[in-house]
Amino acid sequence: AFAAAALAPRLAIADPKAVEDELKKLYAGKPMAEGRVKLDVPQIAENGLVVPVTVEVESPMTETDYVKAVHVFADGNPQPGVFTFRFSPECGRAAASTRMRLAQTQNIVCVAEMSDGSLFTTKAEVKVTIGGCGG
Amino acid sequence: GPLGRVAAQQRLTEADITRFDPLGTVTLVHVTDIHAQLVPLYFREPSVNLGVGDAKGVPPHLTDQEFRAHFKVAAGSADAHALTSDDFASLARNYGRMGGMDRVARLIKTIRAERGADKVLLLDGGDTWQGSWTALKTRGQDMVGVMEALGVDAMTSHWEFTYGETRVKEIAETSKIAFLAQNIRDGEWQEPVFEPRKMFEKGGAKIAVIGQAFPRTPIANPRWMIPKWEFGLREDDLQKQVEEARADSADLIVLLSHNGFDVDRKLASRVKGIDIILTAHTHDAMPGVVKVGETILVATGSHGKFVSRLDIEVKDRRMTGFRYKLMPVFSDAITPDAEMAAAIEAIRKPYAAELAREVGRTDSLLFRRGNFNGTFDDLIAQSMLAERDAEIALSPGFRWGGTLLPGDPITFEAISNATAMTYPACYRMEMTGQQLKDILEDVADNIFHPDPYFQGGGDMVRVGGAGYAIDVGKPAGQRISDMTLLKTGKPLEPAKAYVVAGWASVNEATQGPPVWEIVEKYVSRVRNVCLEPNRAVKVTGA
Amino acid sequence: MIEIKTLISHEMESGQRRDSAGKPIPRKIINSFTASFNGKTVFQADWHPAISANPYQSFFYKVKESGEFKFVWKDDDGSEYSSTNKIAVA
Ligand SMILES: [Mn+2]
Ligand SMILES: [Mn+2]
Repeated sequence: AFAAAALAPRLAIADPKAVEDELKKLYAGKPMAEGRVKLDVPQIAENGLVVPVTVEVESPMTETDYVKAVHVFADGNPQPGVFTFRFSPECGRAAASTRMRLAQTQNIVCVAEMSDGSLFTTKAEVKVTIGGCGG
Repeated sequence: GPLGRVAAQQRLTEADITRFDPLGTVTLVHVTDIHAQLVPLYFREPSVNLGVGDAKGVPPHLTDQEFRAHFKVAAGSADAHALTSDDFASLARNYGRMGGMDRVARLIKTIRAERGADKVLLLDGGDTWQGSWTALKTRGQDMVGVMEALGVDAMTSHWEFTYGETRVKEIAETSKIAFLAQNIRDGEWQEPVFEPRKMFEKGGAKIAVIGQAFPRTPIANPRWMIPKWEFGLREDDLQKQVEEARADSADLIVLLSHNGFDVDRKLASRVKGIDIILTAHTHDAMPGVVKVGETILVATGSHGKFVSRLDIEVKDRRMTGFRYKLMPVFSDAITPDAEMAAAIEAIRKPYAAELAREVGRTDSLLFRRGNFNGTFDDLIAQSMLAERDAEIALSPGFRWGGTLLPGDPITFEAISNATAMTYPACYRMEMTGQQLKDILEDVADNIFHPDPYFQGGGDMVRVGGAGYAIDVGKPAGQRISDMTLLKTGKPLEPAKAYVVAGWASVNEATQGPPVWEIVEKYVSRVRNVCLEPNRAVKVTGA
Repeated sequence: MIEIKTLISHEMESGQRRDSAGKPIPRKIINSFTASFNGKTVFQADWHPAISANPYQSFFYKVKESGEFKFVWKDDDGSEYSSTNKIAVA
């Protein structure tokens, strides 16, 4: 019960370095902390062409303390960039969702930039599979 | 042993099967994975059912002697025949076929009569509308009618979705049976598609039933048939459902699940407050419950072979006791319910001649269930190799489809019981050795991933014309080796293209004749089928 | 606080695909989404080719006064699509 006719090269290699390069361009190697960022992606993609992704960052979202931007990268796509969200204090809550394409099983890397310039990061793996059979 | 030999002659009576010392005020009756089997059949349980990770060597991943030892079932007994695979043909001749919805109806009527209908809640775990010719031809209507006549209160689902969004919605909206699924969303705006749960009052208790459809339906089955819907486990949403149900003063929380047993075992350790999980999908049948913390898990098997009865005592708004019995539906022992028998006959009448058509005979036991190729799979694979002139055949590791005994006729009904579904096209295409290996690796990872949340709950794709070795304990991408083209004995070359035939592709517009035509053509040509157990798959790491 | 959900119909051609003749299909995506309230930008998204066809975007907004939302989507080819929605605070 698998998609025999639509096989993408499955063992293509993900490239974490491409993501690192993008981050260097943005933040020049500035240190990043774990925490405060929540990346909500499915463990297994139902459809590699439409994978829901939600990011949420802990923040009071006041004029002086808010989330400026959230970048999401996919290390196994032909190009690592997926999106950048730019929030304002008026959002009230630093959470937003969209849908992305994933070419294969890979890591999704998320980096949040706070209004004071500090950076937070998290990552999650999404499995893209042809499925197998069923009971 | 000697006990086994004595027991071997001991058939169960209907009274033996229904005997139950009642407890408390609530009775849950569970049926699941009937796969549209209206009439009794043989269905051989697996001889290979490997558990990986934490599930290694624990129920339901026990077979034959280990299974019997664990559940204290005597070899050769009726229960041994119902629950294990060895000595299948001779025990089948002694104990007869199992299932039949008229027998199931009789058991349920008996339970209702003894217990009082106001105390009994009847729940169906899904995979009900698919698996037979009559179900395919009526697009599930035969089973909807039968399940309504049984008085099913609620159901959840999986293969039902292979009739497409419109058909499922149409039945869910018009049927008397509540169609519950907390884990399906409309892909556009993330709105729930179905009722997530329903409250029932039985025996003075409020019972919240939450439905959980097969989370991987759009991966395991054609997504194009359900393009607007997103599935998934949705643990957080499930936890909310449990909390809302408690706030709505439920005394008992039941998850009517189609996750598969190992997924439910993990889920029970993570989602708090579920009293009972009625499991499905993996077709496991166990004569006892499994406890995870405060949650009990029930596994009722498949194909109408079993009916589960779970009596529950409720005090101070919580479950304080339970008693469980997995009732085997021995069709020779149970008097058919006359009304249901008449209904089934009426359903089958327009198709009776087709179903009875004898295509050939088998000299071998033909079965499918098990982690690797069964003989019925090999027959399907042989048919595809021969009739589609292919070097390699791929047949999905479905867990449904009946068993034939040596000497049995191969009727069109027997073929359709193993093939009837809505995407049967038998394709013929070229694949490279590397692509074939990648397919096997990917499918293997969906079965032998140590984390059950990554398992799809089926069996390994069946390969005809080629052999391979598999180390189930290895990580993704490293399990498969030694792929060999059987006709030459040579290793499969990664870059070389091979002609491959297969069926049940999840791709839209797959071209080819339906697989039942291919099997019928082949069987009618060879007439007598004789298949040795498959030795082309070498399994290690279990 | 309200959650705003938006959807626009667009193929989001990634530039990674080839046509039946094997020729690369040129990239044509919506590369940015901007939401403003009473003229002030409150949320903005840059989209890369990995964003799915018919892009969906949701975000939150803390409504303090009545006013008008304006959503603008910018296409690679320079065209802009926009939509306005009024919000009344009772
Ligand atoms: Mn099933
Ligand atoms: Mn199933």
